[in-house]
Amino acid sequence: MMDAPLLPLFILMTSLLAAPILFALPERSARLRTGINLSMAALKVALVGWLSLKVSQGVIYDLRFEMLPGLEFKLQADPLAILFIALSAVLWLITTVYSVGYLEHGPHRARFFGFFSLCVAATVGIAMSGNLFTFLLFYELLTLATYPLVIHRGDVFFFIDWGIYVIYTLAGGLVLLLGTLGLWVLAGTTDFVPGGVLADVVAETPLAAKLLFVVLIGALGVKAALFPFHAWLPIAMVAPAPVSALLHAVAVVKAGAFGIMRVVYEVFGIETAQALGVTVPLAVLAGITIIYGSLRAITQDDIKKRLAYSTVSQVSYITLGVALASPIAAIGALAHLIHQGLMKITMFMAAGNLAEGLGVKRVSQMDGVGRAMPGTMLAFSLAALGMIGLPPLAGFVSKWYLAQGGLEAGQDWVIALLLGSSLLNAIYFLPMLHRAWFCDAAAQRDGAPGRPRIGWMLAAPPITTAVLVLVAGGFANAPFSPLEWTRFIVAIEYQE
Amino acid sequence: MTPDLDPMILAIFLPLFGAIAAFMLPRAAALIGLVTLAMTTGAVFWLAQRVLASGAVIVPLGGWGAPLGIDLRADGLSVAMLLLTSAVGFLVSVAALDSLKGADQARQRQYFWPLWLLLLTGMNGVYLSTDIFNLYVMIEVIALAAVGLTVLSGTKAALRAGLEYMYASILGALLFLMGVGFVYMQAGRLDFAGLIAAEPSAAMSAALALMIVGLLLKTALFPLHFWLPAAHANATAPASALLSGLVVKAALYIFLRLTTYMPLPDEILITLIGALGAGAVLWGGLQALRAERLKLLVAWSTVVQIGLIFIAFARAGQVGLAESWKAAALLILAHGVAKAAMFLAAGRIKDEIGHDRIRDLDRAPVRPTLAQFTFALAAISLIGLPPSLGFIGKWSLMEGAMAAGYWHWVAITMIGTFMSVAYFSRVLSAFLRFDRVRAPVGEHQGWALADAAPLTLALTAIGLGLMAAPILRFIEIGYPFGAAL
Repeated sequence: MMDAPLLPLFILMTSLLAAPILFALPERSARLRTGINLSMAALKVALVGWLSLKVSQGVIYDLRFEMLPGLEFKLQADPLAILFIALSAVLWLITTVYSVGYLEHGPHRARFFGFFSLCVAATVGIAMSGNLFTFLLFYELLTLATYPLVIHRGDVFFFIDWGIYVIYTLAGGLVLLLGTLGLWVLAGTTDFVPGGVLADVVAETPLAAKLLFVVLIGALGVKAALFPFHAWLPIAMVAPAPVSALLHAVAVVKAGAFGIMRVVYEVFGIETAQALGVTVPLAVLAGITIIYGSLRAITQDDIKKRLAYSTVSQVSYITLGVALASPIAAIGALAHLIHQGLMKITMFMAAGNLAEGLGVKRVSQMDGVGRAMPGTMLAFSLAALGMIGLPPLAGFVSKWYLAQGGLEAGQDWVIALLLGSSLLNAIYFLPMLHRAWFCDAAAQRDGAPGRPRIGWMLAAPPITTAVLVLVAGGFANAPFSPLEWTRFIVAIEYQE
Repeated sequence: MTPDLDPMILAIFLPLFGAIAAFMLPRAAALIGLVTLAMTTGAVFWLAQRVLASGAVIVPLGGWGAPLGIDLRADGLSVAMLLLTSAVGFLVSVAALDSLKGADQARQRQYFWPLWLLLLTGMNGVYLSTDIFNLYVMIEVIALAAVGLTVLSGTKAALRAGLEYMYASILGALLFLMGVGFVYMQAGRLDFAGLIAAEPSAAMSAALALMIVGLLLKTALFPLHFWLPAAHANATAPASALLSGLVVKAALYIFLRLTTYMPLPDEILITLIGALGAGAVLWGGLQALRAERLKLLVAWSTVVQIGLIFIAFARAGQVGLAESWKAAALLILAHGVAKAAMFLAAGRIKDEIGHDRIRDLDRAPVRPTLAQFTFALAAISLIGLPPSLGFIGKWSLMEGAMAAGYWHWVAITMIGTFMSVAYFSRVLSAFLRFDRVRAPVGEHQGWALADAAPLTLALTAIGLGLMAAPILRFIEIGYPFGAAL
């Protein structure tokens, strides 16, 4: 196989170059648009596969371009990047199929798919950023590309909350700019290096370093929906189903969580961060978010809103695992990055199918939907059980490692937290499953149509991802499983 | 060196002859205009190549050197400004072909080209001059042409705005001329080298103060901006693009040169100028939030951006002044390109929708998609989001302020950025909204050639950010900011 040093750039370009083409296509050439979308997404999966093979063989990819004296645009493909790109490439392909089906006759499709591609390009860029400066560039691109997607339907009610959404997300971006500048001024570099670049600064001016940590984590915490910066996420649930799916599983909240990882591991360095005494407060904040999100989820009747609060809670598992500063917890955190993505995308696509096929948007309308849409609801149920942490599903694996990591780090409260959270997960997910499978539909929907008509493009994606949830959990120890790859990364970050 | 065919001389005299020709032959004015622009741009590229090869170039006009005669001098900064002017000017001219094609616009067509070419003469003259009397002459030429362009649309509002603009311009030029007189009485020479050599004295400080106030009036720094919003909002779209993107930069450029050769005597003055910039950012931002018309909003954003450039000037105090000007120069270039794109796009939107009331933009069943996209791209650069040149400029601004520990400038810049997000999203969210449309929507109206020029400009504003490092290296050729310390 030949070696291509520009491979990371090609992967970025598959979606970045697709965007202007998709914008330019006339609204009516749907077939061509679908063709471009699917072939680009498939090409990207193939390229990512190639890249991960190369990286596992020890090939190093490093692309640089000077933007300002000393300040570089830098793409790299380290194992941590691969983890995130692989997730986004696979889920992009699946979501593209789903969105083609979902928007079959909807308006503004050229605009939708153009921004959709930009969004994915930004995610890939975030994954492969070799320094915080490059990360910032793609982070802002992601913010911009998601707006048109979120308000795609242009619902009247949404515009009441639009201000809150814009302020949260853009303020997060600006604060990140401030943090990046601060890092540049303090350390003279913004590079991501395993072990961190701030050891000297921490030794000299711990106060400035602490402040920098707060600024950076605060900025990234907005996207990662860390309490108290989570308010925008439930608002964004007005987005069309495929957008919500991608937003909650890969693009936005994960970009935040991924950024927190980079900052803790490769800007500060886990040992430096521990010495600075900032990891425990972060872990506690993540713990609060986990409980708070779950508590709010219980009271939501709107399915997508309940799922949104569940995301607030679940994404903080990742932050928790990072902040516990134990290698085993780190494995849990990284694995959860993938596992939560698979589970949440399944649930959002299933929720979209319920709305499309049956017009069901509320938990209280869910009676008997299991019989009406067995495939979709089976996928939904699998994902929900995985979220609760039932073995051998994917969610169990992450929680298991997190709990062990908590013990290893001497933070025993984590066990209680995880048990409590699982209980809360069960409290808000099980009633949905109960209604779907064991309640009678007749009482709810009079005159409902017989079998709902949804095409295979809507039905197949959630089932596919549900199967992946099973596989990721059941075969967690197989080579190239998310868990195995995760161990590879942790060995690098903890410099073992 | 052959003074009779030098790119610098061409850059000044080609547009002058073009202006005369376009005035004499109104039927061929557009053709003459475009050809002149193309040739001038070619001359500037020739000059750029020469500067790139051999550093700063000096040409004594008529063979007489300074201090007796007139020198023309080109270094990295002046060539960058020339390139900005002619490249943006060329694209605006292309756009003007389309936006002035209406049957009722014969008079506008007739006067637009001579005035614009005269304006180009003045601006190129400013960027190549090396003595302050020459600069005075050139800013008068610019003022004459710019006022003409302002009133071109012939509406009552434009006439009123043009009159106000003219008063401000005359006053500014007069103050500048008084300063020039003071300098002549004190130092006996008017060339830049003479300014450096002159003994600092109270009279020289007074001269500097007079000239600076005159320039601030012309570049519309808060609180001397009163004439700008109305003038830029009421002109025709190509004229607004030229006035906002290019014309205010000429006075800014002179300010830069003057303060390099006659340093401000006190750090407090630098802070004061930065404070005025902060006032511009806040006041302009508030007015942009309240503006009811699209073009007025864009004009207020110019006030904000001018303020930002002065904050960049003050960001690190006297110590980091040379570095500060680099940040300011980046912002000047970024604003020139992006604002021209934005005004042209705003003009297209107004033409297609039929009005530019911001609150009713989302009711329009017609959506000029490409113009809206252009507007959004320009907004990205003006807000300062990556990877645009505006972002790089803001980054340099804040980096220097942070390194110097001047957190107040960082804070103001952040607040300004936040406000710009707020006022631009008033417009951008209207573009994306369809729920208030009563008629069937005809989206995606295909391509219009008229959108090509503004789109090119907007893409350039974004793309130039990737080239910031070479741009900075180019600007520094010939040490326009003084030798490195």
